[in-house]
Amino acid sequence: MRRLLGWLPAAVVALLVLSALFPFYWAAVASLTPEARLFERPSLIPAEAVSDHYRALFDERDFWVPIRNSLLVAGTTTLLCVPVGAVCAYALARLQFRGKSAILAFILAVTMFPQISIVSPLYLLLRSLGLINTYPGLVLPYLTFAMPLTVWLLVGFFRQLPRSLEEAALMDGASRLRTFWEIVLPLAWPGLATTAIITFIYCWNEFLFALSFTLGPERQTVPVAIALFRGQYQVPWGQILAAAVLATAPVAILVLLFQRRIVSGLTAGAVKG
Amino acid sequence: MPDRDTHHSAPVGAERSEARLAWAFVLPALSAVLLIAIFPLAWTVWESLHLHDLRMPWRGRPFVGLDNYAEALGSPRFWGALGHTAFFTLSTVALEVLFGLILALALRRAFRGRGLIRTAVLLPWAIPTVVTALLWGFLFDSRAGIVNAVAIDAGVMDAERPLVWFNSAVWAWVPVILADVWKMTPFVTLLLLAGLQNVDETLYEAARMDGAGPWQQFVHVTLPQLRPALLVTLIFRTLDGFRVFDLIYVMTHGGPGTATEPVALYAFDALFDHLRFGYGSALSVIIFVATFLLALVYLRVLGAGLTGRPE
Repeated sequence: MRRLLGWLPAAVVALLVLSALFPFYWAAVASLTPEARLFERPSLIPAEAVSDHYRALFDERDFWVPIRNSLLVAGTTTLLCVPVGAVCAYALARLQFRGKSAILAFILAVTMFPQISIVSPLYLLLRSLGLINTYPGLVLPYLTFAMPLTVWLLVGFFRQLPRSLEEAALMDGASRLRTFWEIVLPLAWPGLATTAIITFIYCWNEFLFALSFTLGPERQTVPVAIALFRGQYQVPWGQILAAAVLATAPVAILVLLFQRRIVSGLTAGAVKG
Repeated sequence: MPDRDTHHSAPVGAERSEARLAWAFVLPALSAVLLIAIFPLAWTVWESLHLHDLRMPWRGRPFVGLDNYAEALGSPRFWGALGHTAFFTLSTVALEVLFGLILALALRRAFRGRGLIRTAVLLPWAIPTVVTALLWGFLFDSRAGIVNAVAIDAGVMDAERPLVWFNSAVWAWVPVILADVWKMTPFVTLLLLAGLQNVDETLYEAARMDGAGPWQQFVHVTLPQLRPALLVTLIFRTLDGFRVFDLIYVMTHGGPGTATEPVALYAFDALFDHLRFGYGSALSVIIFVATFLLALVYLRVLGAGLTGRPE
């Protein structure tokens, strides 16, 4: 009995890993299976692998366009948010001033607010500015969730930094600004990088705004393009899954490389209570 | 920029200049959030008090008071959507917290394979929800899906008449809920695991000394200590569940008919398929108010013991 209990955690881990990864494996296999065989008996190991679906994705559907759009929009939003968010987060984490906890609570509240509740005025606003179906027309709305997210994550990271170096610099007569620039920022780069990665992932995955504020394929992001895939007679599963694999790939690579940091970033702010 | 000369002069001056610097640091991000998130929110409320139909510009944009809200509250489709949202939220949050808790307890002492676990756990969370919807839509496809293939092999489904999951108002919920549980349980596990790591081990020793069994230890030590992490998890997941859009838009599009339509999808449909901006805004405001109230209730009920207790 004791033996059995000793194995239990390992069994749970195995089950968790398998069930988490199986849908990915299955989609990857299907994306390499010829369309005609997709509806035959499924087998765990593919009998043959073809790149037809991937080729069709780029030849027939210009899948480069949504990939380019997604990279541009997610990248620009991240580059705008991290520096501005970093200064704000440093003040919230380290400086003393009135209204600090109110601002923190406000930022946290905004990270949880339903996107649908601002989609109508943003649409009217972007339309009156002529920004519907443009890159700025996506970056601006993305700031609504990305900015509070970066601030919130970075406050968590700045709080974890040791105070001693900063205090030493201040004692030596360096100004707050110089201390921030020359001591804190070089120390904080892992936190800044992690925040940038998480923000990028959120932007890469965003769907509602991208669906609402684009009109045609030329500005659609990857999630919108995939969601709107339709075949003439039946669901083009092969191509859909090939696109799903491609949409997952950048995120999967980031997760594989930075999993430890991402986890610490996600849980740092949340669990302090 | 605040002037830095005053920095060392007197403690009061230093404090003041620190506050000034702090505001200079905070202001850009804060004003961005105010301008692009809070101002539109107020605009949504204003918009919801008007008749604003982009398909009929000649009708203008007359003020109609609470008419849009009255229409929503009198519409069976709205109440249906609210019911679906509540059902989806309740079932996914319950399953995710239950599985997340079991997994967190099992993983708590697992030191081998941490990296693998973390990756496996993060991947479903990190991918676009649209992709989650498609992966699970494929698993449950009536012809190409592996679920039906396995069910037919096991003899519980007729190969001649496979179940078309997404054509059934009842069965369509199964893949929808499973997909959400698959995607978010790992995240819940992660939050609860971090919460468990903060539990003081000596409390268990004390409990064992008092003769408490595993179940009693769980009820009297683990659960109370886990309360902050549980609260955060419940708030995050409930608010997420209440605004569910991506998953259902892609998987069922609210169908068959409107059998799985959540409020966010109903609001989106009013806004962008019917271009009824006043009415759609009223629905959006209702979603906002509902999530706000939910967060308050949680903080009240579960947070009661949190504040005021020195930790």
